[in-house]
Amino acid sequence: MLNARREPAAAIAGRARSIRRNSLRMVHAAGLGHPGGDLSCADILATLYFHVLRVDPGAPTHPDRDRFILSKGHASAALYATLAEAGFLAADSLDDFMKPLSALNGHPNRVKVPGVEANTGPLGHGLPIAVGAALGARLQRAPWRTFVLTGDGELQEGSNWEAAMAASQFRLEQLTVIVDRNGLQQGAGTEETVALEPLVDRWRSFGFEVVEVDGHDIGALVSVFGRLPLGPARPTCIIARTQKGRGVSFIQDRADWHHRVPTTAELNDAIMELEDPS
Amino acid sequence: MTVRHDCRTAFAETLTALAAEDPRVVAVVNDSVGSSNLKQFRAQFPERLINVGIAEQNMVGVASGLANAGLLPFVCGASCFLTGRALEQIKADLAYSERDVKLCGMSSGMAYGELGPTHHSIEDLAWTRAIAGMTVIVPADPMETAHAVRLAAAKPGPFFIRLSRLPVPAIHDAGYAFAIGRAAELRPGTDVTLIANGVLVHRALEAADLLARDGIRAAVVNMPTVRPIDREAIVTAAERGPIVTIEEHTVVGGLGSAVAEVVVETRPVRMKMLGVPGVFAPTGSAEFLLEHFGLTAEGIAAAARTLLLRD
Repeated sequence: MLNARREPAAAIAGRARSIRRNSLRMVHAAGLGHPGGDLSCADILATLYFHVLRVDPGAPTHPDRDRFILSKGHASAALYATLAEAGFLAADSLDDFMKPLSALNGHPNRVKVPGVEANTGPLGHGLPIAVGAALGARLQRAPWRTFVLTGDGELQEGSNWEAAMAASQFRLEQLTVIVDRNGLQQGAGTEETVALEPLVDRWRSFGFEVVEVDGHDIGALVSVFGRLPLGPARPTCIIARTQKGRGVSFIQDRADWHHRVPTTAELNDAIMELEDPS
Repeated sequence: MTVRHDCRTAFAETLTALAAEDPRVVAVVNDSVGSSNLKQFRAQFPERLINVGIAEQNMVGVASGLANAGLLPFVCGASCFLTGRALEQIKADLAYSERDVKLCGMSSGMAYGELGPTHHSIEDLAWTRAIAGMTVIVPADPMETAHAVRLAAAKPGPFFIRLSRLPVPAIHDAGYAFAIGRAAELRPGTDVTLIANGVLVHRALEAADLLARDGIRAAVVNMPTVRPIDREAIVTAAERGPIVTIEEHTVVGGLGSAVAEVVVETRPVRMKMLGVPGVFAPTGSAEFLLEHFGLTAEGIAAAARTLLLRD
């Protein structure tokens, strides 16, 4: 039986700051990436890996591990930084992000990176895979749980709603969808592009137990994850209200930072804002 | 009159037997229990027949997740929708992810005849064989179908097995041993080689009989594996003369193209690629359409004669 690392909220917050710093360093060094989306999901990733997920970096394919699927695969820098923070990757391997022949591709590859469950990148793929994993666990009477983190813009992909219908039909109580609801997609707000609201009602009408949470309040995230499964016999959707670029004043809530690369001066300013309090 | 068989029967019997032997085997369908002939499977293993409804993208994603959980999914659906609708999932969730999932495309080619080009699947070989890591198999008869299903279960990685509902005679005798990536010479010959797969293999054999009456000795090669292609068998064929390829598929990117890719790089010879010539088929039954495009014994023999005249 695998155990989750039950770190306290303050420690998780420190992990999240480290994930943010490393994500920005990686994007800066690579000259490529999606820093806005990396920063918006850093607190969720830190909470999952340091409080919720029953995984073992020493046995990344352990059959009884909880499955975590990053559907928004473009937040790969945040995922790699998290996997390094949690011990799945050597810290210095982050320097290879998007370098020629590196295992750390711009979107995650499960074959090359320990701890990655699915090769995501094209949007709307993670939830169907998570539905299959959760169903597979139930068919085998296995105790492990499945978590999938989607972007909000990617909910415009119809495959998510095919999967949502199936998750509810199959009564996948051990499936949890987390929506990184930062409100921005590549070029503009989700609501001015193709609106997702009323998002809570939509998930609820597809048969999910829905809970909203401040996706940057680690105490609140810990509390919500601690209540899982919300069922009975229903999948859960956690809508995490987030800010794209969270944690850096000049990146936060700015659509143009979806895939902008910080200059060296901007990186230094950002790192200063993300230092641990002394 | 030769007895003809619907290969879906052999497919379903083999899959059901496999499920009895291996608890990892599950079937995933898009409301296609009947058309995939899986009612017996469902009766025996109700929990292991997963119907995702009419949702092919989700179907392939779910299969990838089931494989992640340690199961061995066989995804069964009409080939036109399975490959066309879910192609990105096939590429990313199965092939690029190196997932052990077997896709079984039903009623491929022009089996749906009168239903029209929306329901024809004459691009599926081009699409699937272009994807790295895929194994693509087109069985010719019930025995080859059963072999293909068993071999796919035994070999890790994503497979596309292209099945038909068109009845075919048994091609192989009981001693036939199908190996993935290996073609089988069904009939020796010295003048021309007919390379076919799937429902057209028996027509190629009949064409060879017609050619023999004219003194033309045509070899017939059954090439069930389109990827990885049997390069050796193609070079052997090219060394003895011109090649006619015969497929129930567009000539753009299918069996003929796969053969030509080897021929031009090794031993260039004249070829004729019989198939659907880059058009959408008109209205007609499957039988009518095969005849319309010259995919009959007479049509194949005529193509071989023309090729030899020009040689």
